[in-house]
Amino acid sequence: MPDLEPGQTHLHAGRSVLRPDLIEKVTGAAQYCVDIRRSGMLHAKIVRSRRAHARIASIDTSAARAMSGVVAVIVASDLAGLFARFGHIVPDHEILASGKVRYYGEPVAIVVADTEAAASDALDYVDVDYEDLPAVMSAEEALAPGAPLVHEEQHRRVDVDSLSPVETGADQGELRTSNVAHEATLEWGDVDSVWPVAAAVVENRMHYPMLYAYAMEPYNAVASFDEGRLEVDSTAQHPFMVRDDLARIFSLPLAAVTVRAPYLGGGYGSKSYTKVEPLAAVASWRTGRPVKLVLDVEESIYTTRADSAEVHVRSAFDDQGHILAREIDIVMDSGAYADNSPLVVAKSVNRSFGPYRVPNLRVRGRSVYTNTSPASSYRGFGAPQGVLAGETNLEQAADRLGIDSAELRRRNLVRPGEEILHGKRGIDADLPADLEMVVGALREHAPEDQSWFASAMACSASDAGAFPVSTATVRVQADGSVIVLSGSTEMGQGSRSALAQIAAEELRVELRVVTVRQSDTGATAYERTTGASRTTTLTGLALQRACQDALSKLRSMAAEVKGCSADEIAPSPAGFALPGGDTISYGEVVRSWFGAAAGEVTGIGLLRREGATAKMPPFWEIGMIGVGCRIDPATGAIAVEQLVTVGDVGFAINPQAVEAQDLGAATQGLGCALFEELLYDGPQLMNPNIVDYRVPRMRDLPGRIDAMLAERRDGVGPYGAKGSGEGALNPIAAAVATAVARVVGRWPDRVPLTPERVWRLINETGPDDTTGDRSSPREG
Amino acid sequence: MQVSMSVNGDEVTEEIEARMLLVHFLRDQLGLTGTHWGCDTSNCGTCVVWMDGEPVKSCTVLAAMAGGHEVRTVEGLERDGELDPVQQGFMECHGLQCGFCTPGMLMTARALLDRNPSPSTDEIRQAISGQICRCTGYATIVRSIQWAASYEAAATVGSAS
Ligand code: FES
Ligand code: FES
Repeated sequence: MPDLEPGQTHLHAGRSVLRPDLIEKVTGAAQYCVDIRRSGMLHAKIVRSRRAHARIASIDTSAARAMSGVVAVIVASDLAGLFARFGHIVPDHEILASGKVRYYGEPVAIVVADTEAAASDALDYVDVDYEDLPAVMSAEEALAPGAPLVHEEQHRRVDVDSLSPVETGADQGELRTSNVAHEATLEWGDVDSVWPVAAAVVENRMHYPMLYAYAMEPYNAVASFDEGRLEVDSTAQHPFMVRDDLARIFSLPLAAVTVRAPYLGGGYGSKSYTKVEPLAAVASWRTGRPVKLVLDVEESIYTTRADSAEVHVRSAFDDQGHILAREIDIVMDSGAYADNSPLVVAKSVNRSFGPYRVPNLRVRGRSVYTNTSPASSYRGFGAPQGVLAGETNLEQAADRLGIDSAELRRRNLVRPGEEILHGKRGIDADLPADLEMVVGALREHAPEDQSWFASAMACSASDAGAFPVSTATVRVQADGSVIVLSGSTEMGQGSRSALAQIAAEELRVELRVVTVRQSDTGATAYERTTGASRTTTLTGLALQRACQDALSKLRSMAAEVKGCSADEIAPSPAGFALPGGDTISYGEVVRSWFGAAAGEVTGIGLLRREGATAKMPPFWEIGMIGVGCRIDPATGAIAVEQLVTVGDVGFAINPQAVEAQDLGAATQGLGCALFEELLYDGPQLMNPNIVDYRVPRMRDLPGRIDAMLAERRDGVGPYGAKGSGEGALNPIAAAVATAVARVVGRWPDRVPLTPERVWRLINETGPDDTTGDRSSPREG
Repeated sequence: MQVSMSVNGDEVTEEIEARMLLVHFLRDQLGLTGTHWGCDTSNCGTCVVWMDGEPVKSCTVLAAMAGGHEVRTVEGLERDGELDPVQQGFMECHGLQCGFCTPGMLMTARALLDRNPSPSTDEIRQAISGQICRCTGYATIVRSIQWAASYEAAATVGSAS
C-alpha cells in the first residue's frame, strides 16, 4: 500500500493510479458488446425509410423471406400485442414505423438471417410502398402556421425535473396541435422595464449545428428472449433505463429483464437511453433465437444526433458593464422523436445565461419535432447550444462598452456559494479564480507574432442533470478481497478505476484486491444513469456508504468473535486493531464469524435526495476555456495554437484520468467549433459518414495545451469531488467564434467555422445580416 | 472458398465466403476480437493489423487477399508473456480511454518504432494521422509512443553496456 506523503490525506484517492481496465484494453482482451456472440445466434439488419415523411401504403416481404438464409422479416404489424414504443420522457418512439415514417432512415422492417451478409442481401427485397406527406425539414418550417404535424397524438410525459409522470395527457388519443415537443421557461425580475434605461443593449443570434457524437463502437445489441425472460447485452450507458423500456414493451416484470453493458467503445452521452435494444429484442421474441444487431456508421448517425439550435440573446448593461437583464430564446430541432430532447432543452434554458448575476431574466426554450433524425443527449447537452450565443453576446457587449472581456466577466461572475438558479444549490466553485488561471495562461504564452492571431476565452456552468438515485454494494470476501457492484457503465471515463480507488480508500485495503463489476441489471447494484458526469459524485457517495455499512458489520462481527465491545475496536489497514494491541484482518473476521474458510460480508449504500444531496443540482459542472487561434487569410483555415482548460473538479480522484477527460471533451468541442456539422439536403443527410463528417484528427491537435486542475474540495462527492468530463466542451465553440471575430472584425452567426465560412467572413463585405455590430478589425 | 494464412505465427485454414473482409475473418472466424471494426470505409483505423510487417486497414483487405501472407494482430504484440513497450507506454501515459481505437494505434506505433526507433513528434503525428481517436484528443497518444521509444532506447543502452 502506498504511504502517505506530507500533504497527502488519502492513500488511494487523488493519485494517478494505473487504471485496471487499461491492461485488458492494450492486449485486445477487453470485450466490447460488438465482440459478443451467442450460440445459435441470428443476425438482424434494418430496412430503413427512404422518405422523410410518408404514409406506408404497404410492405411486401415475400421476396425477402424467400431468400436463402433469411429466417424472418418483421414489420410493425408483427408487434401486435406489444407496447411497441419507447421513450423515457415521452414514449413516442416507435420500434418500427407503423402507419407512417417520420424521418429518412427510420426502421421500417427487420430482416433476420443466419448471417449478417444474408440479412444485408435481403434488405433490398423488402418492398415498401410509400405515399409522400409534406415534410418539415427544419424547426422554422415546423413552427410555421399550418405546418404538417410530425406527431398527431399526444403521449403521456414524464416531468423532467421530478421524474414523475405528468398527470395531464392520456397516453393516447389526445391530439396535438403543434410540433412543439417540449417548452421550458425561466423568468424573474422584469426584463421589459430594463431595455429603455440600459446603457447598452446587445443582441445577437447564433446557430449551433446538428452533431454526431461518433463513439467509435457503433450502436449494437444481442438479445435473447426465452420463456418469458429477456436478456440483452448492449452498448447502453444506462442499462437500467433500457431495462425499464424493454419491460414495458413486453409487459414483463423488471426482474425478468436483464440488460448488461460491457466495455463501451465510447459513449459521450450518445449511448444514453434506449436505442437498438428493442429492435434486437423483438427480433429474438419473434424468432425464438438470440439475435445480434450491429449498426454501421451511417445507421448510427441516423439513430441519434445532438439537437441543433437557433439561439437569440438580448442583454442589457449599465455603463460599468454590469448585466441588468438577459432575454434568451432557444429553438431546438429535435428531429422525429422526443427521446431526451425535452431534458436537453430544459437544461439549455438553465445553462444559457451563464454563471453571472442576472437581476432580470427571461428564457424560453422550445424543442421542436421535425422530419429529421431524432436528437438526444450528447456530452454537455443543452449547454453548448446556449453558451455559444450567450458568451459571444457578452464578448460583443465588451466591444460595445469598451471594457476588456475578462474584466467584464469579473464584474458579473457569481462568487462561491451564490445562486444562479433561485432555490437551487449555489455555485460550488470559485469562478473568478478559475478565470484568472485562464487569463494568466493565455497571457504568459501569447505568441510574439500576433498577425492574424487572437486569443479568447469563454465559460459556462451546468446544473448537472444527475438525479440522486444511486446504489452500490461491496462484498468483502473470506480472504479480505473486495468486490464492488455498481450499475454505472465503463465507457472510457475511468469509473472502474475511480470506484476501486474510493473503495480501497474507505476500506483501507490495497487497490489490487478490489474488483469492480458494473452494469448488469440482474447482478450489480442499481444506478439510474451513467450520464451528467454523475458517477464519481453520486455513485461514489453510495459506495462510501456501502463501505461504511460493511465496516460496521465487520466491526460487530469482530467484537462478537473476539468477545469485546465494538467500541473498543479501532480501524487499522485492511482490518481492525483490537484491545490489547492485536489486529484482525477482514478475512479473519469473515472466516471466524462463519466458522469456516468461507463466507462474505455485504455492505449496501443507498443515495437519494436528502442531506448533502437534497438540493439540486448535486453539483455544478464548470467550463472555463481559453484558445489562441491563428487564421490563414488565404484559405480561412483556423489553427488552434493554444488550448487552455481548467478542470474545476473539487478533487480529482485520479488526476491523470480527469485531465484526459478534459482534453477529450475540449477536442470534441473543437470539432464542433471547426468542422463538425450534419447537413440535410432535401429529405436526407448529405454527409452521414466520417469522410464528409469530419472529426478532429491527429493533425488538429492544438499546438500548446495547458490543462490545469482546480481542486478546492468544494463538491459534495467523496473527498470534495465533483463531476467532470463535460465542462471543457461547453464553452469552447464560443471561445473559438470570439477569437475569429477578434481577428476578422466581424462576428460569425454560426459554427462550425469551416475555412470557407471564415474566408467569407474575411472577404465578403456587405451588411452582416444577423450579428449586429461590426467592429473594426483588431490586430496585434 | 478456402483460405490459409499465418496469424500471429499460427497457420490457419478456413472455409470462407469470397467477399469476406480480413477484419471479419479475424474477428468472426478466428474469434480474435482485439482487432476492432468501426467504419468499413477505411477511415477510422481501429482495424489496423500487419500484413507481412506492414500496417494495413483490415477492413480494406479481403480475407482471400491475405491468403499465404503473415498477419499479426494486437493479440500477437506481447512477446514471451511481456507486454510490448508500446502497450506499456499507452498504459503509463493514459494513451486511451474507451480503448476502441487502441489496437489499431498500437499496431501502427509498433511498426513506426521498428522502422524509426526515435521518431520526432511530427513523425509520430504523421504515422497516426490516418487513424481516429474520439476520446483522448491525441496528446496522450503521442506521449505514449514517445514513452515507448525512450523505454526501448534505454533498454538498448542497458543491454549494450
Ligand atoms: S474499420 Fe477499417 S478503417 Fe474503420
Ligand atoms: S480511446 Fe476511445 S476512441 Fe480512442
